[in-house]
Amino acid sequence: MSGPNTEYDPVEVTPLRADEVEAQRDAAIAAIAAAADLEALKQVRLEHAGDRSPLALANREIGALPPQARKEAGARVGQARGLVNKALGERLAVLEAEHEERMLVEETVDVTLPTDRTVTGARHPITMMSERIADVFVAMGWEVAEGPQVEAEWLNFDALNMGADHPARTMQDTFWLEPAEAALVLRTHTSPVQARTMLTREPPIYVVCPGRVYRTDEIDATHSPVFHQVEGLVIDEGITMAHLKGSLDHFATAMFGEGITTRFRPSYFPFTEPSAEVDLVCFVCRGTGANDEGSDTCRTCRGEGWIEWGGCGVVNPRVLIACGVDPEKYTGFAFGMGIDRTLMFRHGADDMRDFFEGDVRFAQPFGIEI
Amino acid sequence: MKAPVSWIREYVDLPEQVTADELAATLTMLGLKLEALITPADAITGPLVVGRVLTIEKEPQKNGKVINWCTVDVGDANGTGEPQGIICGAHNFVEGDLVVVCLPGAVLPGNFEISARKTYGHISAGMICSSRELGLGEDHDGIIVLPADAGAPGDGQPAEPVQPGDDAFAVLDMFDSVIEFEINPDRAYALSLRGIAREAGIGFDVPFRDPADRDVPAANGDGHPVVVDDAGGCPVFVARSVTGFDPTAPTPDWMVKRLTAAGMRPISLGVDITNYVMLELGQPIHGYDRAKLTGAIRVRRATEGERLTTLDGQKRKLSPGPSGDLLITDDSGPIGIAGTMGGETTELSETTTDVVIEAAHFDAVSIFRTERRHKLPSEASKRFERGVDPELPAAAADRVVELMVELGGATADAGVTVVGEAPARRTVTAATDLPARVTGMEISAETAVANLEKVGCAVAVDGESLTATVPPWRPDMSDPFDLVEEVARIVGYDMVPSVLPPAPSGRGLPLAQKLRRRVGLVLAGAGWTETISYPFVGDSDWANLGLPADDERRRTIRMANPLNAEEPQLATSLLPGVLRSLGLNVGRGNADTSLFETGLVFLPTGDEKAPILGVDRRPTDEEWAAIEKAVPHQPQHLALAVTGQRERPGWWGEGRQGSWADAIGAVREVAEALGVQIEVSAAAVAPWHPGRCAEIRVGATVLGHAGELHPKVCKAYGVPDRSAAAEIDLDALLSLAQAVTPSPHFTSYPVAKEDVALVVDGSIPSAEVEAALREGAGDLLESVRLFDVFAGEQIGEGKKSLAFALRFRAPDRTLKEGEAGAARDAAVALAAERTGAVQRA
Ligand SMILES: [Zn+2]
Repeated sequence: MSGPNTEYDPVEVTPLRADEVEAQRDAAIAAIAAAADLEALKQVRLEHAGDRSPLALANREIGALPPQARKEAGARVGQARGLVNKALGERLAVLEAEHEERMLVEETVDVTLPTDRTVTGARHPITMMSERIADVFVAMGWEVAEGPQVEAEWLNFDALNMGADHPARTMQDTFWLEPAEAALVLRTHTSPVQARTMLTREPPIYVVCPGRVYRTDEIDATHSPVFHQVEGLVIDEGITMAHLKGSLDHFATAMFGEGITTRFRPSYFPFTEPSAEVDLVCFVCRGTGANDEGSDTCRTCRGEGWIEWGGCGVVNPRVLIACGVDPEKYTGFAFGMGIDRTLMFRHGADDMRDFFEGDVRFAQPFGIEI
Repeated sequence: MKAPVSWIREYVDLPEQVTADELAATLTMLGLKLEALITPADAITGPLVVGRVLTIEKEPQKNGKVINWCTVDVGDANGTGEPQGIICGAHNFVEGDLVVVCLPGAVLPGNFEISARKTYGHISAGMICSSRELGLGEDHDGIIVLPADAGAPGDGQPAEPVQPGDDAFAVLDMFDSVIEFEINPDRAYALSLRGIAREAGIGFDVPFRDPADRDVPAANGDGHPVVVDDAGGCPVFVARSVTGFDPTAPTPDWMVKRLTAAGMRPISLGVDITNYVMLELGQPIHGYDRAKLTGAIRVRRATEGERLTTLDGQKRKLSPGPSGDLLITDDSGPIGIAGTMGGETTELSETTTDVVIEAAHFDAVSIFRTERRHKLPSEASKRFERGVDPELPAAAADRVVELMVELGGATADAGVTVVGEAPARRTVTAATDLPARVTGMEISAETAVANLEKVGCAVAVDGESLTATVPPWRPDMSDPFDLVEEVARIVGYDMVPSVLPPAPSGRGLPLAQKLRRRVGLVLAGAGWTETISYPFVGDSDWANLGLPADDERRRTIRMANPLNAEEPQLATSLLPGVLRSLGLNVGRGNADTSLFETGLVFLPTGDEKAPILGVDRRPTDEEWAAIEKAVPHQPQHLALAVTGQRERPGWWGEGRQGSWADAIGAVREVAEALGVQIEVSAAAVAPWHPGRCAEIRVGATVLGHAGELHPKVCKAYGVPDRSAAAEIDLDALLSLAQAVTPSPHFTSYPVAKEDVALVVDGSIPSAEVEAALREGAGDLLESVRLFDVFAGEQIGEGKKSLAFALRFRAPDRTLKEGEAGAARDAAVALAAERTGAVQRA
């Protein structure tokens, strides 16, 4: 590094000559423009803007000038270096953008490759249907009740107005458990849960009870010894069949959509009086009985316009008495539907064997549907 | 119950334009449920005509069969008037017989088109039809041979004789629709045309003529002697007799048609008349060959050791005692099971000329028990067990006598035996506004009374209450609510308004159910598919699982009447079902299957004896406790099983086989979703591989087991070796779920990471080493995780190297230089002390 030399007073220093600075500047800018990539630009920066670059060296010579010449020379070199740095910055931005663009192109993958590395599971549609039904009633403020599947004979039958010699007992082909003195059955319906509910809590009672039930049916496409029911029970003051109809209409609409309601047909169940069968407006043909093309009959309801859905009625006062509810003060209603059956017609499942056989291909399309 | 519409119309003035569909719909809305509506003519396109067989040539074929080449006169129906040549394979007809002929162009049920075709060397121009081919029922004898008195229509009256060429639809009554009803237990009266017609009268508001409304001769002492020892079982017994009955007289065509349409097989005139009257009135009738009776008819309970061969040829051991089988006997012993089935010794036969007719009323419960005991449902027992009109026997017996005289040329005996009498008609009292209060419909007192009168009640109103005297054919009507149903069904259930009940303040879904849903979602999300199995198992399942003889799971509850004798037990484990499903999936090519099931298992308490309580009051606390105690323990379990790959191979690399680790891992994921930390230790329990079985615990509570299945178990269920499974008590796990999760407290102070590699004996469980590290590291330890396991020569024979990542952090400051290292050293020191671990350099 050379300090100011007062002895020496040259008129002119070559690197600081205006034409020389301009030439260096232009050379630098040309080199920058010619740099084809980031590596080349790095070299250009070293050569034209680094510590040993001509302009940097020229800058050092400024001190050698007489004081009156320094200002002009300093401005000249500073301006040139500024232009070079600006060009460098601009070129760097361009090259970096180009580089990134090229990298992104080079990194392209085939996004259509399969990504099914992990397997997909599913819940059973019966489970989901039970939950869907429970949710409809929970949203109405009802509660969900459950009970054992091996049940006392008294709760499955007697308490529900089906004494030992009631013909209705033979209508429900029962699995009896050994020994006979145990007086235990596999419950033939979810109704014992109603009895248990009445026996263990005070009215008002608003419960819904989905669950597994058993009858001695050989399995075929439409029968299974194990199947699923949902029952509802309401015990309160002033309850009528109209409330039953209202609840079931709401249930039907929630499950099958606007406009799908129910109708009652007189029927018989020992635990209800009056009793009714519940039919549902066919949600496919919306009660017309015709299929989409209009010509043929609806396959879901076989042209009836109605789908048999379940049974219901006003709780028989005899049942209230056996379960400790005062029939003078309270009335109630109960209803029951087949969950499996509902699944069959709602989803077009046509063979009950598929429900219980364990082939995972049955549940899989249902996934974790909500 | 099958009812031909023409027969219903005989007793009720239905408007002509009412169609069978409308009739069926109206009766359905009254409570007689439509099962089927069949109009045979609808299934056939003609021409279907009467033909007379002119000639029959028998032509033996090479295959041994003999076919008939017939010429048949079909009048002008074929357009030529010439006899029609037809091939027929049946042999139950002769020249001169009237038959039913399908001419070319006709279409039979099943879209079976009839055309003239060459067969057996002839042009067969049509077909001689059987009942089955026309959809009229089973006919095993061959083709239909029309009776000499064949005619149309089946209105219970003889008709003009038919001629060749006549339209056979009418002759066969094929335009008469038959409505089949499902009859509920409370509508026993509708197991008769009398009952169905009465309902039709109510439905269309038209007059009904009661076929039981007839003048009957008074009882006298001249009838066949009858003694009733058990008036409770047999309150009424009417016996009438006829003599000179012609056993060879044919059953008239109109009666054959009605019986056939109603689903009964014509047998002989005598039997057909008793069946006809039963269908007409609902009163089961039994006819005895008087020549074969010895002494008086006696109705009594069976005594010890008595046997009877019933009409179905079964020799039956009879049940003695006051609630045993009620018998019809004579001096020879039992001759029939009352109200259920007669015996062989006195049945009507082709030689019977003198007939004793029994029309009796039997106790419904007694018949029901006998029917169940002997598994002997008959047309008679079906009616008696539901309840028959006890005032009916005299009229029914008189109707049988009438028909035997009219159709069988018999002479009625003057003697009329009547033992006992029908019980007094029941009365039921109810508030006049009860129907309105129960149904929510607007039903006035006047409507209530009118509707009760329509069903046959006599009604007296006294202020706010009414008293209905119930007709004898309605034994089901006993309570005020029974009256409500009768009133309501006639008003019409479609008039019930739709009103939502007041909404209670609900508590939402119970916690246990919310958690169960979460378990299902977690497993499904992790690639497991839910299945549902039957809980029926047998000893072979326990053998397949390799359970030792004293395994608790072999202690089961048994069904008295299993569907499959090999599977009489209720499952104490979900594994049999889950593993059968796994095997099924493998067999069906679903090689990579991960499945799970939740469900109850049935654990006997050894104290199963549930009392049968009364129903006239609520059980006492003691009684209720006895019921609860008798019901077996039924916890909810979760089981899962995996075979094949859990992750698929692909461009990313190899697939990953499911293993014991997936079974344990799935249980861990479920537990974590419930906020429960499980602990795992080695166990050796069937059906698992003894070296690859984990006991799953939370504290001292054992939840279940998981791991690789024993190779023998894999073989037994037809799944590849290395398949894995788990089963836990889900109820127990759910009870441990965190109801309230405590919020974490963490800071932004930096973490210090330390890795250590420890060499231990191969038999030391990694969890033990980890526990020692955790304890030794002290409070600064944030987490410890095993990230590598390695065994090999450089480690030493029988040794393994466990590499752990330890993270340290202080809650309130940055750790000082050396603090983490010191904590790590303390952790390693405790691991060394507890497990003999040596840190690798
Ligand atoms: Zn439809």
